[in-house]
Amino acid sequence: MSTAPAELHRPDVDEDVSPDLPWLTIVWNDPINLMSYVTYVFQTVFGYAKEKAEKLMMDVHHKGRAVVDSGTREEMERNVEVLHSYGLWATVKRDD
Amino acid sequence: MPGGFRRHRDGGLSLRLEPVEGQVIENLLGQLTRLYDDLPKGDPGLAELGISESTEAPDDPVLARLFPDGYRDDDKASGEFRRYTEASLRDGKERDASIVLKCLAQGPDVRLDEEQAQAWLRALNDLRLAIGTRLDITEDGHERFADLEFDDPVYAMYVTYDWLTQLQDSLVQCLFQR
Repeated sequence: MSTAPAELHRPDVDEDVSPDLPWLTIVWNDPINLMSYVTYVFQTVFGYAKEKAEKLMMDVHHKGRAVVDSGTREEMERNVEVLHSYGLWATVKRDD
Repeated sequence: MPGGFRRHRDGGLSLRLEPVEGQVIENLLGQLTRLYDDLPKGDPGLAELGISESTEAPDDPVLARLFPDGYRDDDKASGEFRRYTEASLRDGKERDASIVLKCLAQGPDVRLDEEQAQAWLRALNDLRLAIGTRLDITEDGHERFADLEFDDPVYAMYVTYDWLTQLQDSLVQCLFQR
């Protein structure tokens, strides 16, 4: 049995100390991916209805980027990995 | 009958290509997968676990486009992300390419299952990203290619890019029809 040390060492935490801060998956506009293809990928990867997938695709196209999903950091990294396999230009970002 | 992808009444998907078209795709995929050999390999033991040693974006613009950063403005997070995803991303691209090559080896008229269709979709996109990056495609329209001489290699590259674009779009339209 051990007792709690009198002095607690704070672990070195340099990121993500607030688990409730959601993370984002962002897709950036690029001149090569087809609009039809990007819509299809949003439907397939996220299960979005065609209307929502098309709206997000148009946001990417006109605004240069769009937030396509939010959640934990791990979930967003998994999203980005899948989107990269489809050749979309996607990144993870903390929502601030 | 025009070539390309086609959705049948029974729900099946097929692809018909001229032999020369199949050869073009085979050749381009060969070039692309050879380019992946320029990616850092890292420790073989770690590689088996899907961990690579590269933490920086590749210098080659095509490789940088196909293996992009996972974070913007955070080199450390981006490097870690790359370490854990680049090897499996590469494996997936090579798997897609090999599925496409197997389909092409079956002849000019092939029935595709769902997995093969997804492999074709991603592989055609990888080829478009690679050629489009080399051509420095922008959103400003493609008029500059119209003025090129027919025997200009850039013109041939652009014609190939344009053909791959139509082929990929026909596959996307078929996939929407489900």
